[in-house]
Amino acid sequence: MPENKKNIISKLQQDILQWEGYKPPTAGTRGVVGLGPIEAVFPNGAFPVGAVHELVCGNSEEVAAAEGFIGGLLSVLMRGGGACLWVALSQTLFAPALKAFGVEPDRVIFLNLLRDKDVLWVMEEALKCPGLAAVIGEVSTLDFKQSRRLQLAVEQSHVTGFILRNDSKKLGSTACAARWQVRPLPSGSAEGLPGLGIPRWQVDLLKVRNGQPGSWVLEWDESKFVAVEEIDVAERIHNYG
Amino acid sequence: MWLKGYIIMAKRYMAIWFRHLVTDWLMLRRPELRDIPFVCVAPERNRIVITAANYLAEAGGIFAGMAAADAKALCIGLQVLDAIPGKEAKLLRQLGLWCIRYTPVVSVDLPDGLLLDISGCDHLWGGERGYLKELVLKLRASGYDARAAIADTAGAAWAVARFGKVSPIVAAGGHAEALLSLPPAALRLEATVMERLQKLGLRTVGSFITMPRRELRRRFGEGLLLRMGQALGLEDEVLVPLVPPMPFVERLPCLEPVCTATGIEIAIKNLLERLCLRLQNEGKGLRKAMLKCYRVDGKMVEAAISTNRGSHSVSHLCKLFELQVVKIEPALGIELFLLEAPKVEDVDVVQEMLWAGKPGLADTALAELLDRIATKVGTERIRRYLPAEHYWPERSIRPAISLQEVPSTSWRTNRPRPVRLLPRPEIIEVMALLPDYPPKVFTYRGKRHIVAKADGPERIEREWWHDKGMHRDYYAVEDTEGQRYWVFRSGHFDDAPEWFLHGFFA
Repeated sequence: MPENKKNIISKLQQDILQWEGYKPPTAGTRGVVGLGPIEAVFPNGAFPVGAVHELVCGNSEEVAAAEGFIGGLLSVLMRGGGACLWVALSQTLFAPALKAFGVEPDRVIFLNLLRDKDVLWVMEEALKCPGLAAVIGEVSTLDFKQSRRLQLAVEQSHVTGFILRNDSKKLGSTACAARWQVRPLPSGSAEGLPGLGIPRWQVDLLKVRNGQPGSWVLEWDESKFVAVEEIDVAERIHNYG
Repeated sequence: MWLKGYIIMAKRYMAIWFRHLVTDWLMLRRPELRDIPFVCVAPERNRIVITAANYLAEAGGIFAGMAAADAKALCIGLQVLDAIPGKEAKLLRQLGLWCIRYTPVVSVDLPDGLLLDISGCDHLWGGERGYLKELVLKLRASGYDARAAIADTAGAAWAVARFGKVSPIVAAGGHAEALLSLPPAALRLEATVMERLQKLGLRTVGSFITMPRRELRRRFGEGLLLRMGQALGLEDEVLVPLVPPMPFVERLPCLEPVCTATGIEIAIKNLLERLCLRLQNEGKGLRKAMLKCYRVDGKMVEAAISTNRGSHSVSHLCKLFELQVVKIEPALGIELFLLEAPKVEDVDVVQEMLWAGKPGLADTALAELLDRIATKVGTERIRRYLPAEHYWPERSIRPAISLQEVPSTSWRTNRPRPVRLLPRPEIIEVMALLPDYPPKVFTYRGKRHIVAKADGPERIEREWWHDKGMHRDYYAVEDTEGQRYWVFRSGHFDDAPEWFLHGFFA
């Protein structure tokens, strides 16, 4: 009875997930953040809210892309009226730009600190605070022990954490729920109009706990993520001939 | 009188008069002056006038207000010194601070006295007589020629200290009687009023105190009535305390000096529990608190905390202080802890539980988190931004004053703004077509970017009322790798403009 076996296996998988601390999805948790096909690869098919996500950035351009990507996620996470904490070593994020990603910039509290140590301390404290919608931290490095501390902090409070790390060279193991890499891609122009199109990113999921890593192309269209199935080769040729 | 279970205590005041304040101080500073007559002088209306004379000079008939030349003629060997302006106030302040050990309310009474509110303080010295004796003897022993008196009103005490001949202590209710035989000067009157009283032959207070008030006002003005009222206790006289009393203070003296972190934490918890109970009963929340630790070696170390909103939660305030404990150096031990709350505010006690779970910026947990962070890293590192009505990118946001402040204008979205804005624009090398085309190629930090797409220009003029310089023409550009930048040309194309990179788009 292959049908029966399949049922048993999926049941066992569900049990394992539950033992590992993943709650079975309740109605309306799937597809909430609007990441489309990406969400399907996560355990239970839902984007892990209440976990720490790690975003790897190599240079300033990638940091900007990652910040845009986070901005898009924040617009969903902050919909309940929650506030958000943005902890960084030097403040370069330009608050008005968040408005374009559907985030109220005045509900974001910025912290400019001097050392990585301080950033991690503040992040850990903030992740324990259940009143927050999300906490974003920009650090230069993050080792396994630090990532585990952060992951433990969110397990009680169910705050979503994002870590932007600048050392794409030294990637070790991580306790975070997912490791992402977001890179800018040439924007597609609508019907060959000149000028810049809507932001388009190459989103790579390098590591997912209990999930399938993968690679996608996303666009931010006004107020939602749009998955681009395949980049139109013709469009590319048209653009850069 | 019984009112709400409290006895309204009769007020008692003490006035101290330093007859030779400045000269006494000079004699203490320069012992060689002790046995010679000397005066302090200051120029006044083109004359050199005596401002203070010591007792030897006074015995020779010299008094303040006399011309220095006359005094020199009167007394042979008179030493003349220059007066130090403002010295009286300084000396009185020091003496007043010393007097704090006798009463918390001490006020300076220029030019030569102190006024003390001693209500309820005298029993510690076995009654008013003992109190007065102790204070005056101590002052005299330290070299100041002081006279003091105690009465029901500050005015009467002042009068008796200077002009009284019977007893320095005026019994409760007896101040009106004690004033009768004193000269009008005992009422702290203006010179013109005193002169007029003198002319009319009114030599004692008793000779005019029973006159109709209407008549007195007409002839001598409101000042006389006010002073009379203050001396008799009919008008209020407010003493300005030298050290403003701190309404919320808790003390914890220790039997054994405390020198461990655990000990300090226990002390803080103990103090906070008492302070928070008082705050809670009065419906107040703490905004700033200061812990003063007095050490065995005579030094004092401080730790301060501040909160975003009024709080009287012991656990929260304790956490804030715990972050500061490492900064307290106990050395040989701390023998006294003092917790002061210089800034408190009203809090809604009733609604606190109800609204505790409110999300967003009004959340109590968030305010407490920010307090903890501020204690650790400093308040200046926490920022929240509101839109400002400026086109100039650096000025288009302003820091919010408080956590509760809401934006007064909406955020602008009609123009593209980069996600990352460099704190100062960085210069780039550019190849661009004239007159106002976007760059074709630019080099940023040694890397060449070939521009594939561009938007712009968006001209942003400088606000001439703020600063001078060239306008900026902004372009949003995308290179062949898809990286998006915000670059601008500073100034017009025809006078060798400079190009800058100012931000990164997502």
